[in-house]
Amino acid sequence: MQFFIATVKRAGFGLVLLVAVLALNFVLMHIAPGDVADTIAQDAGGLDAEVMEQIRIDYGLDLPLWQQMAKYFWGVAQLDLGYSFYYNEPVTKLILEKLPATLLLVISAQVLSIFLGVMLGVMAARKPTGMTSHFVTVLSLVGYAAPVFWTGIMLIILFAVMVPIFPIGSMVDVSVEREGIAYAMDVLRHLVLPAVTLGSIFLALYSRLSRASMLDVLGSDYVRTAQAKGLSEFQVVYKHALRNALLPVVTTVGLVMSGIVSGAVLVETVFSWPGLGTLAVQSIIARDTPTILGILFFSSLVVVVANLLTDMVYRIIDPRIKTSGGSNL
Amino acid sequence: MRFSMKLISALGAIVLALTGVTVQADTPKAGGTLIMSVGGTPRHLNPAVQSGIATGAPGAQLFATLVRFDDQWNAHPYLAKSWDVSDDSRTVTFQLVEGATFHDGKPITSSDVAFSIKIIKENHPFKTMFGAVESVETPDANTAVFKLSQPHPALMLALSSQLGSIIPEHIYGDGQDPKKHPRNSENVVGSGPFKFVEFVRDQHIILERNENFFIEGRPYLDKIVMRIIKDPSARSLGRENGEIYMSAFESLAQDIMHAKGISHLTATDQGYAAIGPIFWYAFNTKKEPLSDVRVRQAIAYAIDRDFLMNAISQGTTKAAYTGIHPDSIFHEPNVEHYDLDLDKANAILDDAGYARGSDGMRFPLTVDFGWPGAKPNAEYLKPQLKKIGIDIEVRTSAGFPAWAKTVSNWEFDITTDVVFNWGDPVIGVHRTYLCDNAKKGVIWSNTQRYCNEEVDALLAKAGQENDQGKRVAYYSEAQKLIAQDVPIYFTESLPYHTIYNHTKVGNPPNTIWGTCAPMDEVYLKN
Repeated sequence: MQFFIATVKRAGFGLVLLVAVLALNFVLMHIAPGDVADTIAQDAGGLDAEVMEQIRIDYGLDLPLWQQMAKYFWGVAQLDLGYSFYYNEPVTKLILEKLPATLLLVISAQVLSIFLGVMLGVMAARKPTGMTSHFVTVLSLVGYAAPVFWTGIMLIILFAVMVPIFPIGSMVDVSVEREGIAYAMDVLRHLVLPAVTLGSIFLALYSRLSRASMLDVLGSDYVRTAQAKGLSEFQVVYKHALRNALLPVVTTVGLVMSGIVSGAVLVETVFSWPGLGTLAVQSIIARDTPTILGILFFSSLVVVVANLLTDMVYRIIDPRIKTSGGSNL
Repeated sequence: MRFSMKLISALGAIVLALTGVTVQADTPKAGGTLIMSVGGTPRHLNPAVQSGIATGAPGAQLFATLVRFDDQWNAHPYLAKSWDVSDDSRTVTFQLVEGATFHDGKPITSSDVAFSIKIIKENHPFKTMFGAVESVETPDANTAVFKLSQPHPALMLALSSQLGSIIPEHIYGDGQDPKKHPRNSENVVGSGPFKFVEFVRDQHIILERNENFFIEGRPYLDKIVMRIIKDPSARSLGRENGEIYMSAFESLAQDIMHAKGISHLTATDQGYAAIGPIFWYAFNTKKEPLSDVRVRQAIAYAIDRDFLMNAISQGTTKAAYTGIHPDSIFHEPNVEHYDLDLDKANAILDDAGYARGSDGMRFPLTVDFGWPGAKPNAEYLKPQLKKIGIDIEVRTSAGFPAWAKTVSNWEFDITTDVVFNWGDPVIGVHRTYLCDNAKKGVIWSNTQRYCNEEVDALLAKAGQENDQGKRVAYYSEAQKLIAQDVPIYFTESLPYHTIYNHTKVGNPPNTIWGTCAPMDEVYLKN
C-alpha cells in the first residue's frame, strides 16, 4: 500500500513536471528568432512573400502565443502530439519510427559498458596498485576525455577504411535484400562500431565508479568477516562485496538512461544512425515546435520510467531499502 | 537519338579530359546498383511543389520533364519530342512522345501537362517560372499549347529537370492539398526513368529501373540507392573505402582536396552551372554609412578575392565577379573587379569625409553569416577591414532561421551568404535587385533594398527577350551597372563538386543540372 501511494504521488509529480517542461519549451521555441517558414524557405532556395505568409497561416504561427499553446495542450490532453510542420507527418509516427533505433543503440552500449566496466572496475579494485588498475585508470580517462565524435571517426578509419570489416555507418545495407537471421546479422554488423563508441564514455564512467566503490566496500568489516569465515575469494568478492558496491553504478545507469536522446546525438550523426537524437537536433534547427515538444514528451516519459526501474532494481540488490515515501525522487 | 549519342560522346570526352587518362571510351552497359550519398533528408519527393536540391535529386529520377538540358545550356527533347514557338513568341506548342506512361501504367497525356503546370504555378516557391503562362491548352492527348502573356525566354529552363516535373493528374488531382499530399513521400507514381521503391527518413531513398521508360534501352542502372549521410567526414570515408560510388554537392574544400589525392576517385565541379551558387558580401544599402556608394566601393577594394579563393577555398572555386554564375552564358566577366587596393580604399574613405578617430578607426560595422560554411568569410573581414579603419563585429546567429530573420528584417550592415541562380536569371537572379522585391520578412528577396531604375528596366527587357544575343547584351549591361553600385560584392562560386569512383561510375551526371537531372545515362562499369 505504501509503495502504491508512493508510486501515485510520483506519477502526479511527473505529470506536473511534464506540463511545465512542455510549456517552458513552447515559450523557448517561440522566443528563438526565426520560424519554420524561414527553414522551409532555406530548403526551397527562396520563397515568395505570399507563400511564406501562407505557411505561417497554415501552421497557425500568426496566432497569439497563448492561442497556439492552448491548441497544442488541448491536443496533448487527447494524446495527439500534433503534426510536424517540417516533415508534414504526425509527430507520433515520426518518433515511433526513430525510437527503436535509438533504443537498440543506447541499450546495447549500456549493456556492453556495464558488463565490461564493472568487470574491469572489480579487477582493478582487487589490486589497487597493480598494472590492471593503472590500465583501467588510463583507459577510462582516455575514454571519458576523448570527444565521442573523434572516437567514432577513429574507429571508422581503423575498422571501416584501413581494415574494412565494418561498414562506415547506417543501420542496414540496403543494396542487398536480406530477411530473418541474415537481416539481424546485418544490423548487428552495423551496430558494433556505434555501440562501442557510445559505450566508451559509459565504460569509463562505470569502471571508475565500480573501482572506487569496490575499494570502499572491500575494506569494510563484513568483508573481513566473510574472509575470516573462510569463504572463497570468488564468493567474497562477487557475492558479498560486489552486491553492495553496485548501488552507485545502478544510480548512474538510471541517470544516464534518462539522457537517452541527448547522449546519442553525436554518435548518431557520425554513424548516420537513424535515431531520435538526429531528429531532435533537426527539429530544433528547423524550429519545428510540435516535433521537438513531442520528443521532449517522450524523453520525460523515459525519465519517469527509468527512475521507477532504478528504484525497483535497488530493492532487488539491497533488501535494506524499504519504500520510504519517495524521499529520493 | 542523334542528340543522345552526341551527349554521350561529349560526356565521355569530359571524363577523359578530367581523368587525364587515354583509354577507349567505354560503351555503357546495363545493370547494377548505384550507391550514392546525399547530405540531407528531403521533406518529400515531389519537386512540383517543393524546390531545393534535396528533393531535386530523387525528384528528377522519379519525374520526367518536357525538355532536358546538356552541359552547354542547349535544350533537348525529353517528354516532348518537339516544340514550336510562334512568331510573336506568345504561343509554344509541344508534341509529347507517344506511348509514354506513368509508373502505374496510365498514359501521360497533355492534360497531365496542363495539370502539372497549374499545380506548379500555384504551389511552387518560384513564382516567376510560369508567371507568364496564362493557360495550357490541350487540343489532343499529345499536344500541349502554352499561351504566354509575354515572351518568356526562361520557359525552357523552367520546363527542365526538377523545376517542371510532370506529375499524374489521376493521383494528385484528388482535391487534397498537393503540398501535404500523402503520395509525395509514399508510393510515389512518377513519369521518369526510375520508380519509387522506398523512402526512409534519415536513412535512404531507393529507386529502381522503370522498364517501361519512354526512351528505349534506358535507364542503364537497375537500381539507385541514395544513402542519407549527414556527416561529411563519414561520406568522405565511405567514398574512400568503396562503399559509396558517388556523392554530389560536396562543398568542403578539405574533402574535395582529399578526394583528389585518392586514386579511385574523381572530383569534378561540372554539373552546377544551373544551380549556380555564389558567395557574396551583401550590404544594407539603406543604412548609414553603407548607403554611401563610396563606402561600399572602398570595402570592395579592401577585400582580397585571391586570398579567399586560395587560402579559405584552397583553389576549389571559380572567381565570380557578378551575381550570375561564371558557368552561365549570361555571366559578364568584364565588370569592375575591385581587385585588392588598400591605398585606394583608404583614399576613397578619406575623400568621403570618414576621418579616422584617435583609435585609428573610422566607424564600426557588423557582419552576419547565414550558415557555418560562410563563417570563415565573415571572420576574414575583421582583420582585413581594420586595415582601412573599419571596426568589424562578427555576429553569430542561432542557426539559419535566426539569421534569416535578422537579414530579412533589414537589421544588418553586411552579411555573407551563398545564393543560387536556379537556372535562368529570371528565376534566381532578378529577385536580388528588383526595386519592388525588397520585401520585409522574406529571405533571399532584395534584402539589400537596392534600387536602380535602369537595372530594373534592363532586367525587365532581358526577361522578355527571346533573342539570345540581345539577352546577353541586356544582362551584360545590368551586371556592369550593379558592379558600379556594389549593393553586393561577389567573390567566388561555392565549390560544389561531384565526387565519384571512376572505376565504377560511367557517364557521371555532368549536365548543367548535375544529379538533379535524370540519370538515365549513368552506368556501372563491372
